[in-house]
Amino acid sequence: MRLRLLTDVRQAIREHGAHGYPHEVCGALLGREVAAGGNGLAGLREVTAVLPLENRRDDSPRNRFSVTAEDVLRAERAADERSLELLGWYHSHPDHPARPSEFDREHAWPWYSYVILSVAQREPGEMTSWRLADDRSGYALECIEVA
Amino acid sequence: MAVKVMIPTPLRSYAGKHDHVDVAAKTVGEALSSLIAQHGDLRRHLYQDDGRLRSFVNVYVNDDDIRYLQKEATPLRDGDTVSIVPSIAGGTNHCHSEPSEEPAFVAKDGGKRIPRANPALGMTNAAER
Repeated sequence: MRLRLLTDVRQAIREHGAHGYPHEVCGALLGREVAAGGNGLAGLREVTAVLPLENRRDDSPRNRFSVTAEDVLRAERAADERSLELLGWYHSHPDHPARPSEFDREHAWPWYSYVILSVAQREPGEMTSWRLADDRSGYALECIEVA
Repeated sequence: MAVKVMIPTPLRSYAGKHDHVDVAAKTVGEALSSLIAQHGDLRRHLYQDDGRLRSFVNVYVNDDDIRYLQKEATPLRDGDTVSIVPSIAGGTNHCHSEPSEEPAFVAKDGGKRIPRANPALGMTNAAER
């Protein structure tokens, strides 16, 4: 289970996270499934584009983010227009490790890749990617490759 | 009523890999129940343990959000399309100086219908550079 990020994609996520600090930022991951494999080891996805989205949580944007259903549909259309798939989502954790929280788990679906970027004092740091288990019990770490 | 329930990509593996499922139902609640009856593995991803729809799961009849209609009691007509669309949420448990208690999520702009507008924000497409 691997997620390949093109160099520019990785850079775009890092810049978005740093620019948005101290608030959480979020966006969509667009690309293709290179090798199917679900949560198995064989799976490989490649993210070739990101769509930065507005964090709709203006009540607690420093530790929460939300993407509305309307923005999800917009991201799906953006993917369709480019013959890509909406593979998942990224968000930042300002001054917090790049680990999914319980809140993340409760609001996730399997299949999507959830990329988390830690941003400490405006400096982008560790980036991780996670996939929710079929039974919603927890996340599996998805190996990030940069190409 | 014969209606079509559209299955979002992340959940298709729990619905026989179908992108939609045809059901007979008089209301949205019946349509979702019929869907779950056919594909039981979908339940945990759509419903909480207490039987309520998960807060981030949005349901539309044609282009209309059922929250603004009669929720799961929303009546269906022959040929209607029921769509399941997630909203995406997350974040840390870390409390800054701001309150972090979770109210039920409400879209800031209170979107009632599936929008037709183009993306307002720019896209980074590394493949085109």
